[in-house]
Amino acid sequence: MTKPKALILRTAGTNCDKETKFAFELAGAAAELVHINEIIKGSVKLSDYQILALPGGFSYGDDVAAGKILANELRFKMREDLSGFIKEGKLIIGICNGFQILVKAGILPGNDGFEQEASLIINDSGKFEDRWVYLRVTGYGLRDTNCVWTKDLAEIVYLPVAHGEGKFITKDKAVLEGLKKNGQIVFQYCDRQGSLTGYPDNPNGSVDNIAAISDKAGRIFGLMPHPERHILGTQHPRWTRQGLKKYGDGLAIFRNGVEYAKKNL
Amino acid sequence: MFWHIEVKEKRGIFDAVGEGVKKDIFDLGIKSVRKVSFIQVYSIEGDLAQAEIRRICEELLTDKITQEYFINRPTGRPQGRGLASDGQSHKPANRSTEFVIEVAYNPGVMDPVEGSVKKAILDLGINRISSLHTAKKYVIYGRLSNAQIKTIRGKLLVNKVIQHAVTGASKGAEGSDSGYKFQLVSVDLLSASDKKLQKISRDGQLFLNLTEMRAIKKYFSRLKRNPTDVELETLAQTWSEHCVHKTFRGKIDYKRVTSHPRQNEVGLESSVTRRKINNLLKSTIMKATKELNKPWCVSVFSDNSGVIEFDENFDVCFKVETHNHPSALEPFGGANTGIGGVIRDPLGTGLGAKPIFNTDIFCFGPPDYPVSKLPKGSLHPKRIAKGVVSGVRDYGNKMGIPTINGAVLFSEGYIANPLVYCGTAGLIPKDKVFKKVNSGDLIVVIGGRTGRDGIHGATFSSGELTHESESVSGTAVQIGNPITEKKMLDTLLKARDKNLYNAITDCGAGGLSSAVGEMGKDLGAVVYLDKVPLKYSGLAYDEIWISEAQERMVLAVDKKNIGELLDIFASENTEATVIGEFGQDKMLKLFYQDNLAGELEMGFLHEGVPLSVKKAISAKRNLKEPYLAEKKDLTVTLKKVLSDYNVASKEWVVRQYDHEVQGSSVLKPLVGINNDGPSDAGVVRPVYSSKKGLAVSCGINPRYGEISAYWMAASAIDEALRNIVSAGGNLERTAILDNFCWGNPDKPNRLGTLVDAAFACYDFAKYFGVPFISGKDSLYNEYNVKGKSIAIPGTLLISAISVMEDVTKAVSMDIKKPGNLIYIAGETKNELGGSVYYKLYDYLGANVPQVDRKKSKGIMQALSRVIAEGLVRSAHDCSEGGLAVSLAEMCFAGGFGAEVFLSEVPYQAASFKLQASSFKACSLQPAAVRNDIILFSESNTRFVVEIEKKNQKVFEKAMQDVPLGLIGCVSGGKVLDIYGLDRKICVRADINELKEVWQAPLRW
Repeated sequence: MTKPKALILRTAGTNCDKETKFAFELAGAAAELVHINEIIKGSVKLSDYQILALPGGFSYGDDVAAGKILANELRFKMREDLSGFIKEGKLIIGICNGFQILVKAGILPGNDGFEQEASLIINDSGKFEDRWVYLRVTGYGLRDTNCVWTKDLAEIVYLPVAHGEGKFITKDKAVLEGLKKNGQIVFQYCDRQGSLTGYPDNPNGSVDNIAAISDKAGRIFGLMPHPERHILGTQHPRWTRQGLKKYGDGLAIFRNGVEYAKKNL
Repeated sequence: MFWHIEVKEKRGIFDAVGEGVKKDIFDLGIKSVRKVSFIQVYSIEGDLAQAEIRRICEELLTDKITQEYFINRPTGRPQGRGLASDGQSHKPANRSTEFVIEVAYNPGVMDPVEGSVKKAILDLGINRISSLHTAKKYVIYGRLSNAQIKTIRGKLLVNKVIQHAVTGASKGAEGSDSGYKFQLVSVDLLSASDKKLQKISRDGQLFLNLTEMRAIKKYFSRLKRNPTDVELETLAQTWSEHCVHKTFRGKIDYKRVTSHPRQNEVGLESSVTRRKINNLLKSTIMKATKELNKPWCVSVFSDNSGVIEFDENFDVCFKVETHNHPSALEPFGGANTGIGGVIRDPLGTGLGAKPIFNTDIFCFGPPDYPVSKLPKGSLHPKRIAKGVVSGVRDYGNKMGIPTINGAVLFSEGYIANPLVYCGTAGLIPKDKVFKKVNSGDLIVVIGGRTGRDGIHGATFSSGELTHESESVSGTAVQIGNPITEKKMLDTLLKARDKNLYNAITDCGAGGLSSAVGEMGKDLGAVVYLDKVPLKYSGLAYDEIWISEAQERMVLAVDKKNIGELLDIFASENTEATVIGEFGQDKMLKLFYQDNLAGELEMGFLHEGVPLSVKKAISAKRNLKEPYLAEKKDLTVTLKKVLSDYNVASKEWVVRQYDHEVQGSSVLKPLVGINNDGPSDAGVVRPVYSSKKGLAVSCGINPRYGEISAYWMAASAIDEALRNIVSAGGNLERTAILDNFCWGNPDKPNRLGTLVDAAFACYDFAKYFGVPFISGKDSLYNEYNVKGKSIAIPGTLLISAISVMEDVTKAVSMDIKKPGNLIYIAGETKNELGGSVYYKLYDYLGANVPQVDRKKSKGIMQALSRVIAEGLVRSAHDCSEGGLAVSLAEMCFAGGFGAEVFLSEVPYQAASFKLQASSFKACSLQPAAVRNDIILFSESNTRFVVEIEKKNQKVFEKAMQDVPLGLIGCVSGGKVLDIYGLDRKICVRADINELKEVWQAPLRW
């Protein structure tokens, strides 16, 4: 079977494209870095790919608000391509800035209208922070997630965050309740034991410690933490204490995506 | 039509920016502010319908979930008719307790947001915007006096170098007058007297001295014409200290008034008291490199950064720069463009390297320094610190380059002159390391546009600061635009891999003048200045030529490749423009719309600068060792040392930098059980598929320089190397970089210490076998106040980079497991001179740490071997605060206590006879060994090492030739117990308490 194709979208200010490509390749995909101009002018077709990844960075400098300008570009210049891609049941992952873009474009939590229902705003600490966080795959009284990207993950995973605008917030209570009811909350920030705790475990003050969500179908996945930065054992901040593992917690996420694409797309 | 738009958080949404400003106001000593609200302002001009402006607000400028907007209803100003997204009326501010301050950029200062928003409005299909500006507005709630408001405005919110407080309607001012009509300006040198020559130099901010002005006059007398302004500017840029390094490359008459420390070393020119130095750089720093002749040095001291071998496919290059003067005036912008500038060094090395990590080292005044004592015109150190940190954060993070190593120091010597060192390393394919411009190649400028920003940066940094610098040299300070540089980086590497250009260099100091002048040095060049893309119209030809606008690089492109090259840049919206051609007549010719504006011989431009002989005096200093009463319990002392700003945790800074982007990180800046211990070195593996990696570290201790610049330099080298070795690197594949920041070298005593430091660089690079591969000096770091010139402490930063064969052998500094043994390798001496311990009592002392040229290298090599064999569980060097601080840091980083016995620490009492004799006035008797000496002495080349018990024999055998003491073991509890020489407890402390006092001072 041929390798699933992952398109890693680039534009001015994209930073984490190369490590995301490496993660997808290690997970068994054929990954390509594609500049948005190539899609807009039609020299690359999104429909030729099974997975779309929006990597981290500072698209257009995060001017106005993180991810906002690229989100608008998706809404106004790639809308048809994206709608088609989503309708065909293909996979999307947005990491950090990618998550901000998906939320601000209204692709997550997801409705048909590309209308924004949630946001990721300035951290309560008021500053950019790089730190490692524990994430629990939700369950714990919420409906279990059906996110294809996090299938069979360990109960608690360990990944770094690095952002200044990662505080997740919804338009209103109803949207938040909807996320819970539909099993769209995928990761919550927690402590080592899995309890939902405050700063710095919850690094940005996200409502209900939400670190990652998916659409209702579980195929579009957005997360503030960086799974592509925990692919190799040496990336773990304490490998010199705890022993060196070959792979990091983040790889399973990419493998899940690639496996799903292999079977279903 | 003009639209004023305000965007702010909806009620109930936490206003993090406002809250941050409130905290900063509190730091200013103003405690009566209840709340601060932040409002983002956009001023848009254009032929727009109201529906369109609403659409811009709703779809772009406002986050619908959390924000609301107001059109033409400026807060704090008389209300006109306006629209609000909430439909509610907007209450005017209550004058007595609400204050509104609006801050906008000055005309001509680049506003990075402007371009992005314009693009985004176009994305909405709206294309009738004629101008767009942004501003920030703060509504401050609280009872405040006018004086307090003035303080908040002047000391916190507005930096008049780049910003102004908006009063009245905020009409966006364009960067310049509307147009420019060519008019050639020449400067009358031929008839000028010496006095007039000096005036011309001063008035034109040329910073050329009389000898240089005379040389220029002589050159033009021969040509029988006066120079044009642009010719004179070109010479001033090219001949500036910043570009030509007159001090390091010139002649120095060096005289030693006192016995030199080196006299004590066998076989060194002990009798020399006077020496003529022709080119200090070549006779010290580069000489060491040349004599060491390492086969893995690929390109050193010739390109924009030093290049060494990495693996079979790649080489690695590294450069560290400073951006001190701009950071003093505008901390954010200065540091921002500082890191932006050094990133372009690897990009401009060979045919371009991909940046793989950044480093940053800052020296600030004490953050708690009283505002009232600040010299006129100086910003407060805390404001400088915060501004510099956010400037580096903004640029480094947005460029996607991990910042993996650095240091922050505080001392009163840096109050008016902070130091901002930024470094960048790059990975470069082996076939791209060298470049060659061919005659006939097109000159292509890429990246950012040229504006009036940064004019006179090179000459400005070659003079001293005064309280007027902020107004006189305001244009020398800029704000960077990292996204422009990132776009340039992405496209440049694409073009590089297709071999579309022959040479590249960056536009740094001196702008196009330096870049083109340097590239065309051997060939000549013709430049059409009117072709250079501008940010706004109105620039005169000479401004275009010398502007130091950021994010620009110059390529030499073969004509046959130009089409494909321009296409690549265009495909990702990066500007690339042909502005001229490299020639073969060795002439530099500048045209503006067919008018010849300047014509200079490359030979005169690059070789014509007359190098004067500078006097250097290495003077005697009357220093004494203090007598301190011996304390039985040193626990409190240890806590004080840990909370010294220079020792305290820099986590507040480190976390704001993305140190993991690119996914290469192996040893992070923060390590240990809670990821908060201070790593000795950063380790990365830039090629994911390979275990090969790089360790990077630094060494700096200006306080030692107050006793001896020579030993300060030796200690800085030792420290940088110790950090490399304790992380698992080895000397054999380590290269180092020098960055000298000094005062005015025209003053003999300042230059004397600089020369001493350079001597040490030679001696110890040679001794340790580590070549210098690149360096930079920043001189004239002085501040003139009331006619008195205050210099910074002469400060040498040594950066080290080491190629590691296997990064999985790296070792972190946190203690790992109860029961493990703790050793110290290296000798402790009575070397408290310049120590943090003495500083607690306001003493400097005389016994500065020296570096033992018989044992140090062996100690490092032995440790490298045992680490490579996997015997070491943790290793940490002893630096500021000595052994006590190292032990404390290892314990709280690892989450375990330890029991340590000072009686087992190898101690060498004799070495101070040397020191005492070299400082005749010193009344020192070689002191009897004491607990405080062992704990807090900052002797070089010492490591605390943790070993598993089962490895004791192998380890001790491997280390048998070096001073080694088994000093204790890791305990299961959370207490650090240190037993003194009398075997009684002299330090007993809970490790969490130690950690708290270490973390608290800089938890901002």
